[in-house]
Amino acid sequence: MTDQQQQLDLRKDEVEAGTTTGLASPSVDVTDSRQNSLWSDAWRSLKRNPLFWLGATFGIVFLLIAIAPQVFARGVDPRACDLANSKATPSADHWFGYDVQGCDYLANVVYGARNSLIIGIFAVLVVLLLGVVVGAIAGFYGGFTDGLLSRIADIFYALPLILGALVLLRVGPETSIPILNSRGPGAVALALALFGWMTAMRLVRSQVIAVKSSDYVAAARAMGASDIRILVRHILPNAVAPVLVYTTITIGVLIAAEATLTYLGVGLQRPAISWGLQIEAGQDSIRSAPHLVLFPSLILTMTVMAFVMMGDALRDALDPRQRS
Amino acid sequence: MSEPTDDAAAPLQPVAPGEVLLEVNDLKKHFPLTQGIVFKRTVGHVRAVDGVNLTLRRGETLGLVGESGCGKSTVSKLLVALEKPTSGEIVYKGRDVAKMGGRALKQYRREVQIIFQDPYASLNPRMTVGDIVAEGWSVHADIAPRKGRLQRTQELMERVGLNPDFVNRYPHQFSGGQRQRIGIARALALQPEIIVCDEPVSALDVSVQAQVVNLLEDLQDDFGLSYLFIAHDLSVVRHISDRVAVMYLGSVVEEGTDTEVYTSASHPYTQALLSSVPVHEPQLRGLKERILLQGDVPSPANPPSGCRFRTRCWKAQDICATEAPALVDRGQGHASACHFAEARTVIPVDVD
Amino acid sequence: MSTASTSAPAGQARAGSGPVLEVDDLRVQFRTDSGLVNAVNGVSYTVSAGETLAILGESGSGKSVSAQAIMGILDMPPAEITSGRIMFEGRDLLTVSPEEQRKVRGPGISMIFQDALSSLNPVYSVGYQIGEMFRAHRGMSRKDAKKQAVELMDRVRIPAAAQRVNDYPHQFSGGMRQRVMIAMAIALDPRILIADEPTTALDVTVQAQVMDLLKDLQRDTGMGLVLITHDLGVVNEVADNVAVMYAGRIVERGTVDDVFGNPAHPYTEGLMSSIPQVEAKGGRLQPIGGQPPNLANIPSGCPFHPRCPKRRTGADALPGRHCAEDVPPLRLVVPGREAACHYSEEVLGV
Repeated sequence: MTDQQQQLDLRKDEVEAGTTTGLASPSVDVTDSRQNSLWSDAWRSLKRNPLFWLGATFGIVFLLIAIAPQVFARGVDPRACDLANSKATPSADHWFGYDVQGCDYLANVVYGARNSLIIGIFAVLVVLLLGVVVGAIAGFYGGFTDGLLSRIADIFYALPLILGALVLLRVGPETSIPILNSRGPGAVALALALFGWMTAMRLVRSQVIAVKSSDYVAAARAMGASDIRILVRHILPNAVAPVLVYTTITIGVLIAAEATLTYLGVGLQRPAISWGLQIEAGQDSIRSAPHLVLFPSLILTMTVMAFVMMGDALRDALDPRQRS
Repeated sequence: MSEPTDDAAAPLQPVAPGEVLLEVNDLKKHFPLTQGIVFKRTVGHVRAVDGVNLTLRRGETLGLVGESGCGKSTVSKLLVALEKPTSGEIVYKGRDVAKMGGRALKQYRREVQIIFQDPYASLNPRMTVGDIVAEGWSVHADIAPRKGRLQRTQELMERVGLNPDFVNRYPHQFSGGQRQRIGIARALALQPEIIVCDEPVSALDVSVQAQVVNLLEDLQDDFGLSYLFIAHDLSVVRHISDRVAVMYLGSVVEEGTDTEVYTSASHPYTQALLSSVPVHEPQLRGLKERILLQGDVPSPANPPSGCRFRTRCWKAQDICATEAPALVDRGQGHASACHFAEARTVIPVDVD
Repeated sequence: MSTASTSAPAGQARAGSGPVLEVDDLRVQFRTDSGLVNAVNGVSYTVSAGETLAILGESGSGKSVSAQAIMGILDMPPAEITSGRIMFEGRDLLTVSPEEQRKVRGPGISMIFQDALSSLNPVYSVGYQIGEMFRAHRGMSRKDAKKQAVELMDRVRIPAAAQRVNDYPHQFSGGMRQRVMIAMAIALDPRILIADEPTTALDVTVQAQVMDLLKDLQRDTGMGLVLITHDLGVVNEVADNVAVMYAGRIVERGTVDDVFGNPAHPYTEGLMSSIPQVEAKGGRLQPIGGQPPNLANIPSGCPFHPRCPKRRTGADALPGRHCAEDVPPLRLVVPGREAACHYSEEVLGV
């Protein structure tokens, strides 16, 4: 059958659908030009957003650096140092120069990406887990449960992220709690997540409350579907979009927060390689060797920007009000 | 498709056509008005539904009309057990729904389905049409064996006038009328006895409304369904209903067959309502009586004493403020909740 | 255009002669992600003083967009007026300066909307908002403006106007809010009032009150009323003339008695037979088949042909009147009646 014929047949069906209530003649889909789901619509919109491409390019470069730092360090070992090169300025062979210890600075900065990524992703996963579980329970059950969980979140809100994490990381090593007493990336990530999950929780909660009152949830309830089924099949898939946006931006924010904690001396400890440690070490010689602060700061800023830009683009793409 | 099967082990027994299937007795739903955030105190109640009696027989359509805020939508939510009544009972197949437990309640939920007003809000945008229609079978696995579900989904889609090839499409790819058909297929999948239609055509374009009304009528004939048809459009309600109940401020003010209520309305509110409906035939223009009501509907949080309608009624006397009129026949041939009920022909009787 | 020449129903006061508002070949496009949407495709109509013209159409027929174009409240972009003239008191509103437009549109043409709550500012009292019309356009003092506001609220039959003038929009019911909107719209004695689905959000008893009020105000002021609605009953009870729109075009036009009594376009005919009556149970409804058109992809030829039971394609069609290929122009079928159908004479039975 040719396309034209098919079109004609469908048109015929369309006419009959009305007069016979469509017993055997299906009505044609008049919106045939739009055959895409919400996600593919979002993807189409993302593709046209230069902000997204900029963010995604930086993000991917950052990801590659974290996965294979040896390639980007041009094969130089960050721990192979020679004091003779201390604070040497950038050159054609050593693009970022040398640090105080005389180690290749490019290699150090590049190797620092991995810790940032591990902490950023691990922390955001915990934030997401806490946020979604607590937010979904609070929003779905409401009443006393909601009141209790929301007040707990408020208590955490009262403690600023950095201050809370600072205290926890100070006290952590003296306790016997498995991850916290190590002072490794896991402890830093956990500390950041514990004081940073509340916004995600509030977001999920408000989304769940909004979706909960929709007719399709009522329909599922009326057919006798269980709470778990309603939550997993109907509410969460429709509540997830803003959380996704928030998560993307939060990765960037958490990476910056990690650098801050480390800079303050409670995050990662030497001999770990981290941008926060590099900035901290570099500040003493900011007059004689400004590049020691400049390069890690620059890379850190670009990384955070990458995630924030991707999150912004994602928000525009997922918000149906942005599209007509 | 077949009639809902009689599962021997199921606690609910089938009912013969024409017999009473569902009975609502003095149903009330009061929503508390609260103040305070942590320690909530109740400062009053919104009497959304305040003493409603209805009877639905097998295979018939009961129309429920009323203006916004009269409580008709709350009635629909109570009937499909989305809300719990404050008092009164819903008796289905001889058993009180409030006292049903586990298995019987699950069966009740399967047998009493609902179609919503807004075809855009009533379908999950992240699910395909096939998943939406077939979802009920995941909850009530005994209706359709897992194997033939896709085929049965497509049969249902075809039955409601949708192209079965579109089974994998998402709701936003369909127009309003088509979406409403998806909602109907979803309800139909559970082989219900009763479908509560909550304003099923009022969000649709005029030219599409009739398609859906006809479809509902056809499905009723084919499957012996009973409808509770809730709407504010008096013409549509008259067209589809066997019997009609008129609601005002939480209670039924008049009930009877469609002819009784529409041609010899006896409650002043019904008369005013009918006289307000604009007719679309030029030759009937100006032939009906003009009754313009004064004022607005009182708040259901603080309804008038006695007769609810007395604040806007031109017949109101002292007795109306003290004594609530019962919904009984006062000689006009059908039940009316007015002390001074008097049959009156408000709308012109069509010549053809 | 000939609407003005058709005789008005008996008892209808006709102040002045000749049209006050004249819309000529108006076309509006929207640029969207999914391409160009042709919302209005060559609409022409006239409104005379004292006349009530109903624009009847379903969602997406372009009836509201054309009104928004007249009022200059279209969001441009995405909307774009690609052609046409909107003549008001001898001037083309599409070519005069924005300053001039503002002067004309406030006092000359005003509009009321379906959703009165979102059209009113929640943080000002209704009296202040009504009074603002007088302050902005007539330079009245606050005190005088308020006095005028009370008078207007009385005129639109808001009970206890003097006490309610300081109330805020949320303290009014839906019907009363619509009255406030009407008060603002008639404050400057406009010559044309455009009412965009004024009673769609209201209950039927309140709808009757509001339509009654509009008719009375029109009789008192002699303004022309453009009533945009999808409700055939409202059109029948209120309007003198009706223009039926489909897919951004006017498909039929004439007096309400003529158009509803004996439609000349299959779409109008389909609408009439697809709605149930309140005065009789009636038999099975006869719906129009298919779905309303997608404005981004309007069918070729007559836009209604895929749903038309009377369409002629292939060998059945007369030369130059092939429903799937030739766009039917809006033409005079019988005196006082225009329809955009190749076979209107058959539909009419003349």
